[in-house]
Amino acid sequence: MTYFRDVGALARKDLLLELRARDTLPAMLLFVAAVFVVFHFALPGTPSRLETTGLLWVAILFTALLGLGRAFVPEREQRTLDGLVLAPCDRSAIWLAKSLATLAFLAAAEVVALPLYALFFHRVSGAMVLAVVLADLGICAVGTFLGAMAVATRARDLLLPLLFLPLAIPIVVGAVGASVITPPGRYLGFLALYDLLFAVVCWASFEYVVSE
Amino acid sequence: MSVAPATIRAVGRTPRISLTTLAVSSLVLVTTALALVFFVAPNDANQGFSQRIFYFHVSIAITAYACFAGGAWNAFRHLWKRDPRADLQSYVCVHQGLIFGTLVLLTGSIWAKISWGRWWLWSSDQLVLFLVLFLFYCAYFMLRYSVDPGPQRANLSAVYALFGVVLIPVSFAAIRLAKDIIHPVVFTLHGPNFGGWILVTYCVAQVAMLVLAYTLYRLELSGKRLDSRVRELKEVLA
Repeated sequence: MTYFRDVGALARKDLLLELRARDTLPAMLLFVAAVFVVFHFALPGTPSRLETTGLLWVAILFTALLGLGRAFVPEREQRTLDGLVLAPCDRSAIWLAKSLATLAFLAAAEVVALPLYALFFHRVSGAMVLAVVLADLGICAVGTFLGAMAVATRARDLLLPLLFLPLAIPIVVGAVGASVITPPGRYLGFLALYDLLFAVVCWASFEYVVSE
Repeated sequence: MSVAPATIRAVGRTPRISLTTLAVSSLVLVTTALALVFFVAPNDANQGFSQRIFYFHVSIAITAYACFAGGAWNAFRHLWKRDPRADLQSYVCVHQGLIFGTLVLLTGSIWAKISWGRWWLWSSDQLVLFLVLFLFYCAYFMLRYSVDPGPQRANLSAVYALFGVVLIPVSFAAIRLAKDIIHPVVFTLHGPNFGGWILVTYCVAQVAMLVLAYTLYRLELSGKRLDSRVRELKEVLA
């Protein structure tokens, strides 16, 4: 159980930092609102529910990228990553804690984004909310992992979207399918499977990303 | 206690086919495959002459998968066994895979143009999957060349290459889920239209592509090894 205590402590540290500095979450909130407004002007006329669903997922993905890009950058800049790696805990705990913290930011952004979507475009169905929850898990698990990889490179966070988007395509397929097709069971199951599969891969291989 | 270095090397090395033999056999096989595809295989009843590109399209696609799988296997060996040669082998495999993957996109595109009159079709599973893989493995190269050579680069590349083999089936399932129209299956392994010369031609083309890929792999690997040897020697001399 010390593993989960470590994870809890590390995640609490990230949340506390965000609470004090407040630089990631407000940026994500403003970004998602701005993206909706841009989309309104980018789609002439009255867009159908199908079109706006696709748009919602593009907005969520890009907002997530914004948060994911920030996840490991401060650790690198302030050279705290070495300290984390040296801490007497399993290395995968670092990944899990970061994923949880990013998940919290993304969920907070979506708590605002989904009502805003309903206000601007079309109503949000229950299946859509479920899809958002399942997709968030996958986005944060894979995205945080790739974020840690990206900060180890010279290109830093420039590389993250390139690494992440090909891996996010199955998430988009599952999420959009669950949002527009009834019954959404198959797509939700696919999302859950994706989450499970990639969470295991990330959990098992994170050690190699942070250590040499 | 001095053991001749040659003995150690001989113990550590499994007997391998020489590069010349490989080059000659891939030349013979590819020529045979071309001859079979153009002169022996019968015309397809529905698609006519243009269907012949299929022999290469499919065998190149399977070769590309084999290369990606080889890349992941070597990446796994690097992470698990810490085999010092595995990193370079994994990279070369992925590189060959990307070359063959690009060829899949090209041949698929030509086939789509002739069969359906368009250069790109979102309804073709294989093409879309290769586009996703193309993007994924291009990012692999961006990643690799953005880290200085060393153990960290080897680790990051290996982990990303392993993600690739997980992504292939997941993407395939996703693309299957995403599409609404069914891609016409011209040629199934169990259909009555698969047999005789069609089967022989396909098998020869498949073996030819695999041997060609292996030859290119060995060629690139020996080039890269020579390169690093020269660099090491230069450092010693400097």
